[in-house]
Amino acid sequence: MPTTQTRRSLGLALMFGAFALPAWAQTVKVEDPWVQATVAGQKATAAFMKLTADAPVKLTGGKTPVAPVVEIHEMVMDGDVMKMRAIPGGLPLEAGKTMELKPGGYHVMLIDLPKPVEVGQKVPLTLIFTDAQGKEFEVAVEAPARPLKRDHGQKSSHGM
Amino acid sequence: MTCPDLHRTFALMLLPAALLLSACEKVSSPPAFHATEIREASFGRELRLPDTEGRVRTLADFRGEVVGVYFGFLQCPDVCPTALSRAVEVKRLLGEEGKRFRIVFVTVDPERDTPEVVRAYLDAFDPSFVGLVGSPEEVARTAKEFRVYYRKVPTGSSYTMDHTATTFVYNADGKLRLAVPHTLPAEAFAADVRRLLAEAPAAPGR
Ligand SMILES: [Cu+2]
Repeated sequence: MPTTQTRRSLGLALMFGAFALPAWAQTVKVEDPWVQATVAGQKATAAFMKLTADAPVKLTGGKTPVAPVVEIHEMVMDGDVMKMRAIPGGLPLEAGKTMELKPGGYHVMLIDLPKPVEVGQKVPLTLIFTDAQGKEFEVAVEAPARPLKRDHGQKSSHGM
Repeated sequence: MTCPDLHRTFALMLLPAALLLSACEKVSSPPAFHATEIREASFGRELRLPDTEGRVRTLADFRGEVVGVYFGFLQCPDVCPTALSRAVEVKRLLGEEGKRFRIVFVTVDPERDTPEVVRAYLDAFDPSFVGLVGSPEEVARTAKEFRVYYRKVPTGSSYTMDHTATTFVYNADGKLRLAVPHTLPAEAFAADVRRLLAEAPAAPGR
């Protein structure tokens, strides 16, 4: 059964006369992106967001003027030991299913920050996705920086 | 035999409810802490590290307060801010009593976490939180004393730290009483701290 997403892409495809060319129709909706602000001297931070792809794709990288290195990371709790790892091959997204990158799970890691990310600063972030054919495409967003100290309602990794 | 087991067994035997209750009370009272309770700990007995101002701090400095010792590092974008934000929330939930609850943050990444940056980082959560920055040897010794695991893991051009995310909680007498797991919600953590504060009242003059 076609989802609303697919139908919309199909509609667009028809409008532009690109009939059923799946590689063309691929988009990823990015919602509520945010970056964790840092203090002076902190060399890394993370971006979080919700991603909904209209076809199976992978989040494979990113670019931002605030950091020279961008990696896709996963947090894992092994007992009460936290481990952070780069996801080899990128983070797979299922078509039509929203994937939330949030504390306690996945994040886009921004590494080697030359200067702090200030609260409220709008961080330009270009996400790089790779489709099933191995072709890369980009989605650019602006992620506001939120304070290190999270609001109580905002934390999502305590299983509440 | 646990309480639910007792319940099931007795229910099958169709015993009166009153008996059920009294049987259960013996097994489960006093009510358990939400976190893992520690008695007569054979670890975490000593803490001796310089703070962000360079003063050597020990557990004795915090008598009269409930103290949560947490090991972490500043490049941790996820678990450490979550744990410290939870601690801020615990303090808020404690209201007036929150003045007697403090976090002591021990960096497991002293190569990158300088005292200045640790101070600025903790100030972003609560200026009353204490940061301890030892030499790599001092950190290793402290982690061993707390049975805390930490390890440097390379990621691309940089490295990250695997580390135990447990908060070790001392009562106002300086006894290690709780191991609070990373996943325990702030409300349950606050309820445990309230119990500990009642267990050992404030030291005179505090
Ligand atoms: Cu990361």
